[in-house]
Amino acid sequence: MYWQKDIETMKRSDLERLQLERLRYIVDYCYNNVPFYHERLKKAGVTADKIKTLKDIEYIPYTTKDDIRENYPFNMFAVPMRKVARVHASSGTTGKPTVVGYTKNDLDMWADTVARICVAAGATEDDIAQISFGYGLFTGALGLHYGLEKLGACVVPVSSGNTQKQIMLMRDFGTTLLISTPSYALYLGEVIKEMGIDDLKLRVGLFGGEGCSKDIREQIEKTLGLFATDNYGMSEIIGPGVSGECQQRCGLHINEDHFLPEIIDSETGQVKERGECGELVVTTLTKEAFPVLRYRTRDITKLDYDTCKCGRTLVRMAKVMGRSDDMLIIKGVNVFPSQIESALEGVSHIGPHYQLVVRRVNARDTLEVKVELVDGELLEKFSELEQLANMIRNRLHSILGLDAKVTLVEPKSLERFEGKAKRVLDLRGENPKSEC
Amino acid sequence: MTVKQLSIFVENKPGRLARVTDILAKGGIDIRALSVADTTDYGILRLIVSDPIKACELLKGAEYTVKLTDVIVVELEDEVGALARMLALLDSHGISVEYLYAFIGRDKGKAYIIIRVEDNIKAVDILSGNGYSVTKEEEIYKI
Repeated sequence: MYWQKDIETMKRSDLERLQLERLRYIVDYCYNNVPFYHERLKKAGVTADKIKTLKDIEYIPYTTKDDIRENYPFNMFAVPMRKVARVHASSGTTGKPTVVGYTKNDLDMWADTVARICVAAGATEDDIAQISFGYGLFTGALGLHYGLEKLGACVVPVSSGNTQKQIMLMRDFGTTLLISTPSYALYLGEVIKEMGIDDLKLRVGLFGGEGCSKDIREQIEKTLGLFATDNYGMSEIIGPGVSGECQQRCGLHINEDHFLPEIIDSETGQVKERGECGELVVTTLTKEAFPVLRYRTRDITKLDYDTCKCGRTLVRMAKVMGRSDDMLIIKGVNVFPSQIESALEGVSHIGPHYQLVVRRVNARDTLEVKVELVDGELLEKFSELEQLANMIRNRLHSILGLDAKVTLVEPKSLERFEGKAKRVLDLRGENPKSEC
Repeated sequence: MTVKQLSIFVENKPGRLARVTDILAKGGIDIRALSVADTTDYGILRLIVSDPIKACELLKGAEYTVKLTDVIVVELEDEVGALARMLALLDSHGISVEYLYAFIGRDKGKAYIIIRVEDNIKAVDILSGNGYSVTKEEEIYKI
């Protein structure tokens, strides 16, 4: 089953012709409408005329998350605000989020790309889809929401949390599709098992927001009785809908007519040979409000251009194997250690050193932040020490959107590092390392 | 009329208390009274020692978080109801006790209560005015 069969099964030579045409268009469009790109492209001496083959994309400089942050909030938008129908944002590293915008056309295109990955995973218009992503500025929930609506499924926008109610609705409504993070699905499965419920109608799971190992997938399938698929996206590109698995589950098909992928060496910035492993770079070919040229995702993967057994010619990216930076994904939320630093900055009584400990307890991620208590001012009252920990916890929550346990430890008890600090202790034991 | 007390931040981990007391032992510091209060992750060790300034320097040198606080040491008859009467007295004057701990003196029949209050001067006045004996710093080791 396909959503837009003509595109999804297009001959590669035709697809590449379409991509080239669109690439030339978007370079021109960015040059003329986004001051940031105007400067960048001018400096690099790149105009649409210089792009004669897809390989000529290499003339274009990369765009990074920092570039987007420096242009907070709307400076990288290519259209005036009256043309912007919606904004989304993702967590930033210094407290300011990275903001992205969509025109009506962008939203329409987005819904199509999401509908494609849903159909590829096995969703149909007969499905009842429970969306257990948190609704809000993050792209996950609303992205899937409108894609599934466009597909014609019945959407249940239950949002995240309140697991007992989720399960009740799942049962009463006869939910057939589950949209969540893999770790939440795993947790749901355990609760359902504990409650002894065995009459759910779940059929297909569309999981995203974080990676999912083979073991976890098998466990989810066993406990929830569904067919689990992965999908991938990020707000800077569009949100979910960048790529997703078909029922063959041999890679995530990238919606290449809109998102042109490349694989580069994250150290040197050199483009890698086809099939090699490296950092994924994406250029949006059709977006109006927030086009990005050669956006560095920092996700490590590889691309397979062979036609899939499902009939799709769209390139398949391997499950993300790691990151080329220090970002962590905790409960589906992107966390940079530098965000923790900014939360701790200026807090008295504690030292500058910290350690993050990420664990998985009952299938749920937990974050513990250890900081050193360096002066004795608060030792007269436990309540003052508790207030300090609570204050830090609130600051972390407002920056990360995550609840963390704050532990005060003795001075000099956290390990000191020379050079690049390793302040993260990830005990979840399944984060694949980027071994290319 | 007050005595210097050491408060030391100690993580709830095996061997931590042993380390603190070892540092004090090697520095020739004698411990007169102690109390430990703890939470899940950490505790606060409070000590009355022979040389609080030296003890504080030793522990700071070993990277401990330490605070020196003035506390009151009250001498009581070691008999039923003595503590209750003293606390009732403080309470009747609106003085609330943050924490307290106690030890029995080597002299038979005496108990010593270490109390931490917001206003030491006021508390000492009330106690002295009501016939209680408040121990001076230099006396604490003759007990």
